[in-house]
Amino acid sequence: MGIIETNKLVFEYIRRDEEDNVEAIQRAVDEVDLDIKEGEFIAILGHNGSGKSTLAKHMNAILAPTEGTVWVDGKDTKEEEKIWDIRQTAGMVFQNPDNQIIGTVVEEDVGFGPENIGIPTEQIWERVEESLKAVGMYQYRKHSPNKLSGGQKQRVAIAGVVAMHPKCIVLDEPTAMLDPNGRKEVIRAVRALNDVENVTIILITHYMEEVIYADKVYVMDQGKIVMQGTPRDIFSQVETLKSYRLDVPQVTLLAYELQKQGIPLTDGILTMEELVEQLCQLS
Amino acid sequence: MIRDITLGQYYPTDSIIHRLDPRVKLIGTIVFIVSLFLFKDFFGYLLATLFLAVSIKISKVPFHFMMKGLKSIIVLLIITVVFNLFLTPGEKLIEFFIFKITKEGLRTAIFMAVRLAYLIVGSSIMTLTTTPNHLTDGLEKLLNPLNKIRVPVHEVAMMMSIALRFIPILLEETDKIMKAQIARGADFESGNLIKKAKSLVPLLVPLFISAFRRANDLAMAMEARCYQGGTGRTKMKPLVYKKIDGIGFGVLAMYLLICILVNQFVPV
Repeated sequence: MGIIETNKLVFEYIRRDEEDNVEAIQRAVDEVDLDIKEGEFIAILGHNGSGKSTLAKHMNAILAPTEGTVWVDGKDTKEEEKIWDIRQTAGMVFQNPDNQIIGTVVEEDVGFGPENIGIPTEQIWERVEESLKAVGMYQYRKHSPNKLSGGQKQRVAIAGVVAMHPKCIVLDEPTAMLDPNGRKEVIRAVRALNDVENVTIILITHYMEEVIYADKVYVMDQGKIVMQGTPRDIFSQVETLKSYRLDVPQVTLLAYELQKQGIPLTDGILTMEELVEQLCQLS
Repeated sequence: MIRDITLGQYYPTDSIIHRLDPRVKLIGTIVFIVSLFLFKDFFGYLLATLFLAVSIKISKVPFHFMMKGLKSIIVLLIITVVFNLFLTPGEKLIEFFIFKITKEGLRTAIFMAVRLAYLIVGSSIMTLTTTPNHLTDGLEKLLNPLNKIRVPVHEVAMMMSIALRFIPILLEETDKIMKAQIARGADFESGNLIKKAKSLVPLLVPLFISAFRRANDLAMAMEARCYQGGTGRTKMKPLVYKKIDGIGFGVLAMYLLICILVNQFVPV
C-alpha cells in the first residue's frame, strides 16, 4: 500500500438555503482512485474548478470524503482519533503565503508545528535549524515574515511543514501568487526535499513548467482524473491537453509546432536543452 | 511607507532591563503603580522619582522616548490639574474674580499630576523594553492560574500574537483598497465629519471581507499544522527565570518594603 491511496473518492459541496434545504449539489471530486508510493514526486494538473484543491484537502484530513475512502500511510482519514497523526504524516502548504505564517519571527513560525505536537524544546531548535537550512532560509531566521518576498515566505511555510518531519508534503498551488523568480525558488526547494530527504511530494499547480520534474502527472477535469502518466507521456498529447484547457510548456509547444511543419523531432520534448540538442543534430 | 510603522513602541537596545523576564517587568510595573497610590506626602514621591530615574537610566532608552507617552494624556492632565486646583475647598491662598485657589487644592493638583505622569512613564518603561511577543508570553504565563477557573488564557494570548502579526498586513491591504477606490473616483478627503464617515464604507466592507477570508485560511493552515489549543503544547522559547530575574524581584520587594515603611513612619 502506498503512502496515499484513495478508493472511489467522491466529495460533494452542498449548498443549503436558510431553512437548511439542499439547494444545489456540486460534485467537486468524482470517483478518484490514486495510489502514491513513498518517495515519489507527483504533480496534479487542472484548470480552475477542476477539483484539484479539494482533492488535496482530503490528503490532510481537512475535508472528509462524501463517499469512498482516503488512506494516508494506511490510516483512514474518516477516523477522528487519527486525524492529528495523519496531519503529521502529510503536511500541507497553501496558496497564500501571508495567510499561513503564524509567527512574527521566521524561526518562531517554523517552530509552531513542532510546538503543537509536543516536541521538547531542544529538539524544536534542532528541527527548526535543519528545516530552515533545507529550504535555504537559515540566514533569515531572525527576520520578520512581513519583510520577506513571496518566494521566501512560501519557503518559510514549507520549512514550517518540514519541521514536523512529515513523510509526505502536499503543496496546493504554492506558486500561484508568486513572481517567476519566487516560483523557481520554491520549486527548487521542493525538488531538493524530494531528492535529498526522500519526502513524497504532491504538487498541485496549473503551471506546466513546474511538472516536468515530476515522476508522475495526473490531469484533472471536472472532478475526474482524465490523464495520467510521466510528464513526457502527458505533454506529447498537446491536443488532448488543450481540450482540458491546459497549455503545454512553451518549449514543448514549439517542438510540437515544428513537428507539424515536418521537422523530425521526438514527441514530448520538455526542456530547452533537449530541443537545442535535437535541432543541432538535424542537418 | 505604511510598512514601516513600528508595532507597540519597543526600543531595541541591550540593557539589563531589556534582558529581564517579561513577568518581572509586568509585576514591577504593577508594584510601581500601587506604590504611587500609597504615598500621601512629598517624601514618598521623592522615592518614586528616584526609582523611576534609576530605571530609566539603566534601561538605556533615551529620555524623550519616555516623554512621548505623556503627550497623549496632556489634555487629561490639564483637566485634572484645573479641577483639583479650583474646586478643592479649604484654606484660601489666592482669590480673584470668582476663582479661588486653596492650599489643599494646590497640593492635590500637584500630586495628581505627578501621579498620572509617573503612571504613564512607568508603564512605558515596560513597553519600551519588551517586545510585544515577549509581553504576550509573559502575560500568558502570569495569568496561567486563571485557567483553573476556565479563563482561556492560552487562546487569548494566541489571539493577541496573531493580531500583532496581521496588523501590518491589514494596514497594507487598507492602503491597497484605498488606492483602488480612489482610482474609481472615491473621495476620502473632503466633506464634513458625517460625509467622511460615510465615505469609509467602501473601504471597510472589502477590508472586513478580506480579513474574514484571511482568518479562514489561517485557521485551516493552523489546523493543518496540528494546532489543537494549549494542551499538550511545548514551547520553543519557554520563559525561564534566571539569576538576573531573581535580583529584579529582590529590588522590587525592597522598593515595596521601603514604600510601606516610609508611609508608616514619616510624619506628614
